[in-house]
Amino acid sequence: MKRSVTTIAALLLVALFAGSVVTLRKVESLRGREATLEEVLYLPSGKVLKRLSLGYSGLLANIYWTRAVQYFGAKRRERATRYDLLAPLLDITTDLDPKLIVAYESGAIFLSQKPPEGAGQPEKAVELVEKGIRENPNRWRLYFTLGFIHYLDRKDFKAAQEAFERGSQVPGAHPAMKVMAARMAEQGNTAAVALELWTAIYQTTKDPMVRDTAVKHIVSLQATTDIEELSRIVETYRQRTGAFPSSWGDLIRAGLIRAVPHDLTGTPYRLMPGGAVWVEDPGKFPFLAEHPQRNSN
Amino acid sequence: MTSRLSAISLNTFREAVRDRVLYNLILFVLLLVASAPLFGAISIDIERLLLINLSLSSISLFGVIIAIFIGIGLVSKEIEKKTLYTILSRPVRRWEFILGKYFGLMLTLVVNALLMTVGVYAALLITAHKLTAADARLLVAVYFIILQFLMVTALTLLFSSFSTPIFAAIFAFALFAIGTFADDLRNFAAMAHGPAGWLATAAAYAVPNFASLNAIFQVAHDQPIPGSLIAYNTLYALLYSAAVTAGAVLIFERRNLK
Repeated sequence: MKRSVTTIAALLLVALFAGSVVTLRKVESLRGREATLEEVLYLPSGKVLKRLSLGYSGLLANIYWTRAVQYFGAKRRERATRYDLLAPLLDITTDLDPKLIVAYESGAIFLSQKPPEGAGQPEKAVELVEKGIRENPNRWRLYFTLGFIHYLDRKDFKAAQEAFERGSQVPGAHPAMKVMAARMAEQGNTAAVALELWTAIYQTTKDPMVRDTAVKHIVSLQATTDIEELSRIVETYRQRTGAFPSSWGDLIRAGLIRAVPHDLTGTPYRLMPGGAVWVEDPGKFPFLAEHPQRNSN
Repeated sequence: MTSRLSAISLNTFREAVRDRVLYNLILFVLLLVASAPLFGAISIDIERLLLINLSLSSISLFGVIIAIFIGIGLVSKEIEKKTLYTILSRPVRRWEFILGKYFGLMLTLVVNALLMTVGVYAALLITAHKLTAADARLLVAVYFIILQFLMVTALTLLFSSFSTPIFAAIFAFALFAIGTFADDLRNFAAMAHGPAGWLATAAAYAVPNFASLNAIFQVAHDQPIPGSLIAYNTLYALLYSAAVTAGAVLIFERRNLK
C-alpha cells in the first residue's frame, strides 16, 4: 500500500511539475517580455525605491542594471526603433547606486546611438553622464564618454572640447584626453577623429554590445576613408589615361596601387563603371552613408 | 477519506486560531483604517495609490509570513508532542495527514486574506468616500495573492516534511525571495548561452514564479488584467503546488518516524 502511494506521488510529482512548466510558458507569453519592466513606468523615482530597498540598494541597482542590459539587448536584436524604458531604467539604476560607473559609460552609448543600434536619445545620454560626473568627479573616463557623445552624436565640437579638457585635468587622466581636446579645436568634424574615438571605445569597453557597435563604426569609418582615397587614385588614373579603369588590375599595372584593396571585413572593394568605388555588401557597414567627409570642415 | 481530511484540516485551522494568528487582522485593519485619513495629508493625488499599494503588499507579506511560520511547525510540532503517533495509529494515512494539514493552513490564510480585504475596502471608503467599479479589480490582485499562498504553503510543507523548522523557514523564505525575481532569472536565461543558459532556464522553471502572480502594480494603476491570464495563473499555481505537495507526500511516506 505504502509502495503504491509513493509510486503515485512520484508520478504525480513529475506529471504536475511538467504541467506547471507548460502553463508557466503560456503565462509568460500572455504577460509579454516586458511585464516586469513595465513597473518602471509607475515608479515615482529611483530615490523612493532606494528608501524602500531597506539598505539593499546596491543589490537592487545590480538587478536594475541587468534589466537595462537585457531590455537593450532584446530591443536591439529585434531592430526596434523605440527604447522607451531604457532611460528610466538607467536613471533608477544610477539613483540606487550612483557609483556604478558601467551604467553611465555603457548606458550613455546605448542611449546615444541612432535606432536600431540604440535609443537615439543623445540629450538623455548627456544627462546621464553629467549625473555620473557629479557623483564621480574623479573618473576621467566619464568625461571621455561625455566628449565622445557631444562630438559624434550631438556634433557639438565646442562642448566636446570642453569635456575632454575637463577630463584631462582629473588626476590620473589618460594623456590622450589633452590630445583629443586639441583635435576638437583644430580639426572639428573629421572621419579620422571619429575613427580614433571609436577605436578608443573598442579597446577599453568590456560590454560586448558596445564593442559590437564600435566595430560597426570602425569598419564603416575605415571604409569611408578608403573609398575617398581610392576615388582620388581612380581620378589620377583617368587624368593620365583619359579613361576610367575597368578593373583594379588596371590600377596595379599603372603602379598606383599594389594589390586589390580590401575592406576591414576582408572583402574586396567594388570598382563600378564610371570609376565609382563602393563596398561589396553595404549591410555590413551600417554607418557608411552618414559619415562626415575627411577634412570637410 | 473526505471526512478524515476535513477533520485534520479543521483541526489545523482551529489550532491556528487558538494560536492567536488572526490577531494580526485586528492590528492590520486598525492600522489601515486609522492611517487612511493621513494618506491625504502626506501625499498629493496618490492617496488611493498609496493605500492600495500598502494594503495589498501587507496582505501578501502578512500571509507569506503566517504561511511559513505556521507551515514549518505543522509536521515537526506533531512529532515533538508525539500526537502524530496517535493520529497515524488511527485509520489515517500519511498522505491524508499531509493533505489535511495543507488544506487547514490554506483555510486559515484564505480567511485571513478575505478579512483583510474587507478592511482595505473600509479604508478605501473612508479615503475616497465612495467605491467605484475599478475598485473591484482589487479582488483579482487578492486572488493572485491567495494563489501565491497556495504555492508558499506547499513549499513550506515540503521543507518541513524532512527538515528542522528553522531550516524549513530559511528555505521557504529564500525560495519566496528568488521566486519574486523569477522574471529576472528567466531573462538572464534567455541572454545566457551554453551550460549557463540551460542551468538558468532549468532554475527559472523549477523555482516558483511569484512575479507572474503579482498584480498589485496593475490594480493600483487601473490596468485591466486579461481573463486568460487569470485562468492560466490559476492553473499554474494549482499544478505547481500540487507537484510540490506530491513531493512532500513522497518524502513523508518514506520518512522513518520511529
